[in-house]
Amino acid sequence: MFSLFLEQLLNGLQSGVMLFLMASGLTLVFGVMGLINLAHGSLYMVGAFACAAVAAWTGSFWLGLVASLMAAALAGALVEMLVIRRLYKRDHLDQVLATFALILIFSEGTRWIFGSFPLFLNVPEALSGTVTIPGGSQYPIFRLAIIVAGLIVAAGLFALIGKTRLGTRIRAGEADREMIAALGINIDRLYTVVFALGAALAGLAGAFVGTTQSVQVGMGEPVLILAFVVIVIGGIGSIKGALIGSLLVGFTDTMGRFLLPIGFEAFFDPASATAIGSALASMLIYIVMALVLFLRPSGLFGTEA
Amino acid sequence: MSMNRETILNIVLAALLIAVPVIAQIMGEPFIITLATKVAILGMAGVGLNIALGYGGLVSFGHAAFFGIGGYAAGILASHALNYEPIMEAPFEINGTTQMIVIWIVALIASALVALLIGAITLRTSGVYFIMITLAFAQMIYYFAISWPAYGGEDGLSIYVRNSFPGLNTLDPISFFALCAAMLGIAIAFSAVLIRSRFGLALHGARQNSQRMMAIGIAPFRVRLVAFVISAMITAWAGALYADLNRFVSPSMLSWHMSGEIMVFVILGGVGRLFGPVAGAALYILLEHLLGGMFEYWQLPLGILLLVVVLFARGGLIGLLAGERKHA
Amino acid sequence: MPEAILSLSNVTKQFGALLASDNVSLDLLPGEIHALIGPNGAGKSTLIKQIAGEIKPDSGDIRFAGRDINDLSAVERSRMGLARTFQVSSLMPEFSVLQNVVLAQQSVSGKIFRFFKPVLSDASLLEPAMAQLERVGLADRAHMRAADISHGERRQLEMAVALALKPRAFLLDEPMAGMGPEGSKRLTGFLDGLRAEAPILLVEHDMDAVFALADRISVLVYGRVIATGTVDDIRGNEDVKRAYLGEEA
Repeated sequence: MFSLFLEQLLNGLQSGVMLFLMASGLTLVFGVMGLINLAHGSLYMVGAFACAAVAAWTGSFWLGLVASLMAAALAGALVEMLVIRRLYKRDHLDQVLATFALILIFSEGTRWIFGSFPLFLNVPEALSGTVTIPGGSQYPIFRLAIIVAGLIVAAGLFALIGKTRLGTRIRAGEADREMIAALGINIDRLYTVVFALGAALAGLAGAFVGTTQSVQVGMGEPVLILAFVVIVIGGIGSIKGALIGSLLVGFTDTMGRFLLPIGFEAFFDPASATAIGSALASMLIYIVMALVLFLRPSGLFGTEA
Repeated sequence: MSMNRETILNIVLAALLIAVPVIAQIMGEPFIITLATKVAILGMAGVGLNIALGYGGLVSFGHAAFFGIGGYAAGILASHALNYEPIMEAPFEINGTTQMIVIWIVALIASALVALLIGAITLRTSGVYFIMITLAFAQMIYYFAISWPAYGGEDGLSIYVRNSFPGLNTLDPISFFALCAAMLGIAIAFSAVLIRSRFGLALHGARQNSQRMMAIGIAPFRVRLVAFVISAMITAWAGALYADLNRFVSPSMLSWHMSGEIMVFVILGGVGRLFGPVAGAALYILLEHLLGGMFEYWQLPLGILLLVVVLFARGGLIGLLAGERKHA
Repeated sequence: MPEAILSLSNVTKQFGALLASDNVSLDLLPGEIHALIGPNGAGKSTLIKQIAGEIKPDSGDIRFAGRDINDLSAVERSRMGLARTFQVSSLMPEFSVLQNVVLAQQSVSGKIFRFFKPVLSDASLLEPAMAQLERVGLADRAHMRAADISHGERRQLEMAVALALKPRAFLLDEPMAGMGPEGSKRLTGFLDGLRAEAPILLVEHDMDAVFALADRISVLVYGRVIATGTVDDIRGNEDVKRAYLGEEA
């Protein structure tokens, strides 16, 4: 039981870290450009497909990983320059609609190229075993590796935002759009870079998650909506909020699905306990979100509603 | 002038919507009648959303929740009735029904309650928060429907025989179309009256200037909440009809993609235009049918078209044909 | 001395390092025009916002019509009869001039949630709304969009909306701002008569208007009231001259 619990905790951590990769890019784009981007999930999908295709072609997961970063960043930069750029000054409704259209284009385009059947990504040889975790059960090394990799990327992102010149510009852009213009920074390029950065992070998450699940059209949207929940909880524009929110959502979701059905067995027969427990577990993160909103309408680290 | 043009355009649209299935009936093309029925129902879902989105400026990305609640009201009540299983036995017995009128009432009440709850939370926020949170709550209901096994879970629920309406053979396509068109007419007439009423004026005001509303002593929150609930109820009503059209209800009626589509109807047609959602739904279904017949991946050109409309042709179809929106 | 309709005691509000309201105490008596003057950035608008309930003071008390209103929202304060106008015209731009007033009229009638009867054929709203437009001289603009009328006319419309609320006190935030000399003069005459209807707390930069209208004047500098008194008191006050009038003279 203890080892099962630990395993679920690790799964929660993994899901939280992957969510952070999605949510951080999304929240940056919100914070810096004031844009709601529904197509962020498509970039996640692009990363997963690029990884799967290149890995299948070259036989190397690592090349696939590089491809996922590059493809997503490239797609992000292209989309920003062709479409998104025209939306910054538009209202949210136009942004929602245009990025919804982008989802249709990305999803259907991917289906056209790769077909409707899911692709599968194999775990690289070097990371394919399992380790024994305290309590005795086996946990895949690869899952541990993506937790570590995700945490390293998260740390890198914090360093980038906090310590580099690009980070200063991004923070300046969040605080005051006119200021960055006054500082003589090329806003267009800054926006493209921020967008491509967010896209690359999403693509990376797609490649990682694609290895543990299947790679298919539409895989991005459920994650996108979870990332929205994360941002609502954490507060728009806050990277720290995105981190806390991601971990909260990752743990709540995973542990809820694990513990609630068990908990309900104390009151119901096993079949109904599983049914009620899992139905309730599927709603749990939204209930958490509603609670956070009720207490802090602008999120844990948000500044404005 | 453009008000006049819009009125004429609305009349033409209404006439087309009625004439096409009538001609199809004469020519013996039931499939076209079904398409027209779909336009009427989805247009009605859009008419509901338009009250929140167009008149209230509330960008709800979660209206599939209400559409689906309406659908499930029809599905659940009918399945209990058809299987002769009471919905509950104690303390008193409640049975299912195949009467559309009862189903609609249940759909309206259920959606109103859910909208009241979701609205009370989401309307404390605005802007992108509102968009994301309405989407999130709809998703919550979607996942609930998937993981709740009693009513089919992921597989959905079939309605073996279309529910009935007094004095009408609902299985006859043209009769069912007439029923749906009449309900659409009621929804449009209601929203036309609503926007000219005291409440409509307050709702328009809340969209334009919240601060001013408070200064004259009207709480915008309450106005928006009532609009949100009304909007949800109309969409749910359409959902109940949609379930009967397909004789099937599944979680896909609750999905975010459905929310997006309902929103697309409103925007393709023209935000805040009385007949906008109907024009939008008609265009969408026409495109789906035409493009879908030519090209398997028809959503690709649809996406491109939608993108072009948003970027370059603001005001939607009605805006294009009847000029800019006016407030009278 | 009659009891004040509106009174502030020790109202304090701080934004970061900036003390926007520093222990402000002042009151508004029935039938008077109490002018609030002071250099730009003295915290006049911030004070109006606190009275109207749009921002909350850090400390201090605000009483209105014999009641402590500290915990009331802007909506509740408006409904109690506190009508404010905005320094930058804040109207419903897509509405006609008449609709702007009708909406306020509707609020006073207390019946917002009516869904069927067309509002623009409701004489119980239209007639009083038209009457207010006539009072401010905007009747001939009734059917123009608020966004399309001139700046000065928008100021008049702000007044008409406030009048429609039938308030027990007016909070007027620079009603003359941006008006030509002709318009200012007309509005001065209008406000002069209005004080009999309800007292006015008047924030204004136009000193001719202030000296012509005010029964009392309070001078706000750096968030603090440095003097309150009649027009003559203020004209003769050395502190005021130094702190404020001196700059202009």
